[in-house]
Amino acid sequence: MSDMTLNRRDVVITGIGIASSLGEGVETHAAALAAGGPPVVDTESFKPYPLHPLAALELDRQIPKKSDQRQMEPWQRLGVYAAGLALDSAGIKDDAEAKSTLQVIVAAGGGERDHAVDSAILTGLRDASAPGAYLNEHLMSDLRPTLFLAQLSNLLAGNIAIVHGITGPSRTFMGEEQAGVDAIRTAHARIASGQSDLMLVGGAYNAERRDMLLLFELGGYLRRGGFAPVFAREDAPGLISGSAGAFLVLESAERAAARGARVHARLDRVGAARSRRAAGTVEAALTDLVGGFGSLGPDTLAVSAATGCAGITAEEAHALAKAAPAAKRVATGDLVGHGVEAAFPVSVALAAIALSTGQAQEAVVTGAGHWRGEGAAHLVHA
Amino acid sequence: MTTHRDAKGRPLVAVTGLGVVTSLGQGKETNWQALTAGKSGIHRIERFPTEGLRTTIGGTVDFLFDEPFTAPQLSEKLATLAAEEAVAQSGLGASGDFPGELFMAVPPVEMEWPQKQEIAQTITGEVDYDGLLRAAETGRYRAMHELFVFGGVADHIAERFGTKGSPISLSTACSSGATAIQMGVEAIRRGDTPAALCIGTDGSIHAEALIRFSLLSALSTQNDPPEGAAKPFSKNRDGFVMGEGAGALVLEDYDHALARGATILGIVAGCGERGDGFHRTRSSPDGKPAILAMQDALADAGLTPDDVDYINAHGTSTPENDKMEAMSCAAVFGERMASLPISSNKSMIGHTLTAAGAVEAVISFLTIANGTLPPTINHQNPDPAIALDVVPNQARKAKVRTVLSNSFGFGGQNTCLVLTAPPEAA
Repeated sequence: MSDMTLNRRDVVITGIGIASSLGEGVETHAAALAAGGPPVVDTESFKPYPLHPLAALELDRQIPKKSDQRQMEPWQRLGVYAAGLALDSAGIKDDAEAKSTLQVIVAAGGGERDHAVDSAILTGLRDASAPGAYLNEHLMSDLRPTLFLAQLSNLLAGNIAIVHGITGPSRTFMGEEQAGVDAIRTAHARIASGQSDLMLVGGAYNAERRDMLLLFELGGYLRRGGFAPVFAREDAPGLISGSAGAFLVLESAERAAARGARVHARLDRVGAARSRRAAGTVEAALTDLVGGFGSLGPDTLAVSAATGCAGITAEEAHALAKAAPAAKRVATGDLVGHGVEAAFPVSVALAAIALSTGQAQEAVVTGAGHWRGEGAAHLVHA
Repeated sequence: MTTHRDAKGRPLVAVTGLGVVTSLGQGKETNWQALTAGKSGIHRIERFPTEGLRTTIGGTVDFLFDEPFTAPQLSEKLATLAAEEAVAQSGLGASGDFPGELFMAVPPVEMEWPQKQEIAQTITGEVDYDGLLRAAETGRYRAMHELFVFGGVADHIAERFGTKGSPISLSTACSSGATAIQMGVEAIRRGDTPAALCIGTDGSIHAEALIRFSLLSALSTQNDPPEGAAKPFSKNRDGFVMGEGAGALVLEDYDHALARGATILGIVAGCGERGDGFHRTRSSPDGKPAILAMQDALADAGLTPDDVDYINAHGTSTPENDKMEAMSCAAVFGERMASLPISSNKSMIGHTLTAAGAVEAVISFLTIANGTLPPTINHQNPDPAIALDVVPNQARKAKVRTVLSNSFGFGGQNTCLVLTAPPEAA
């Protein structure tokens, strides 16, 4: 819907920040894209659930103050780190003027529970004669007061502002995978329509936490056992989550040209849909979204943020086969795992890296959320 | 047909439907009666045991469920009721087929204690997350997944009202409701959608939510009497009181609304937002981001401070917010601030958190429509450091064409809206 805008301006990607199980930065991920892997998989720590653990990051490089690091949970540190890489990449990390107008959209879930506190309380509650009073007493004494701030969804954006000195406004989108799609869609629409010149958009996900595994497992969405490629999980369908964060600096083409910024790719279009999920709706929605991008060239890369979940993953493959038959297909999950809110931003970042490093001339990105929401983006070589 | 544009050449954004639910009751009429009577919706919490808690009061909405419920369920119910009222008033679209996008401020959700306890009951020995995972594997608790995903409430609202496109679930902490409205305004100005359903909802008062705010020393502990605890701008203010509720607005391209003969209730004329990189919970002591957000909102509306007739304050009743807000208003409005009325709805309904910006925008439009300023109640002990006309204790008649509504939140979120009377009343 956002492509109806009159006076549509070109939107370019001038900053890419990415960190995952593979490491950090454009070069590391360009190499993995070119080689098609291999992924880093941990099948032991959260057995029977495999996942892609975050590579060790030198946090001090992007979050210099230990006090800031301490006040964040891993997902926030990862996001702040990736956002810093993006600002560096765009060359605006020390540009106070740019950072005062920079608008931020973050796709976020929530912070990690204190698993030890939860476990002890749940054990105690079973035999408590006055469960309500027991719960109150233990939450009052056992919860760290600052834990709340590490859990609040909008505090990733808050920490990005504090650590990187961004005084422009931020918005946080929630809602699993679709939050990432809508974050990039909205950031693109704001620049294309002239509502903004400069945006920082992305998300971060920490996969190494049992509370989130529990939420997915309640719905039966996790793969068990070993790693298998996203589009070859018929034996045991499900998502393999991966710790990953990606932020992009989006900029109007005019602004980027005026400051002589290096342009990694042009973000041509971003679309989102909410199909009323039933057999075939994901395929129809994605076919429609990708079809709307017009005819794709022969040197097109298709980066899929598919989850690996039953049904919808095959539908996404069918949609790509129909709407982008000549495209070379890469699954983000085969490189870094599934990053939920970060899955689509990571996938767009990978597509931009591919264009920036000459691996393709054009790219489409697709994704279908594990339980709702479909999205697609079209990038072209700048 | 004439095409109407604002001073910047953009489509005007009209309001054609309003809906609200708070602890004072359901619907605009009920709430307006109570608000102008200076009635408080704050009471002793009975939803869960409050033994051992420093704060035992809140503006909970207790009249919607007979059975136990979770925060997302109450938030969804509140949003549904507010949106039904707003959409019905607008007369826009057919039932279940709203011709516009959905922008929704929803509280962050996570699995709650009763559900974890239910699963823990099946575990022998010590409970830990591995045990919970083994129990989850059985597939017996499948419904809990959709209950506790972040996008659940908005997805259900999108389904029920038939909104178009991909629904947005957003959070900018305590300014979320205002951000939902701002996003609707921006989408209409871009021409993406002729209409938007903008909702802020929050039904998340449970023990852990209250304890979390309590541990940050953000809540009033003056529990007795409950209705006296929220006292914005008073010298003895000691924190906010949590509240629940929802506000819903149907926004519509003004020309689209005129063409179908809709009643225009008002205009969302301007929005301003600023980040604050000062601290995770505290505002910049100089109030700069709040000042800039107010000035941005006025500039976006093409108006000046002199055009503002009334300020719907963020006014949480915390020592810090009210001081910062008063100082920031003084910086924006200068000497006029001594006589410019500013009142806080939170003195009566508490701080409805995620919903506050939307609830207070609805009340602001009722203020314009009725020509009455809702009071700041519990104002017995003015803070001499804050010289404001807070419309103390009693509602007041006033001609109001332009309202500035402020929302400020944790994480450096500052969002201000300029809300005006419909043009024909000009």
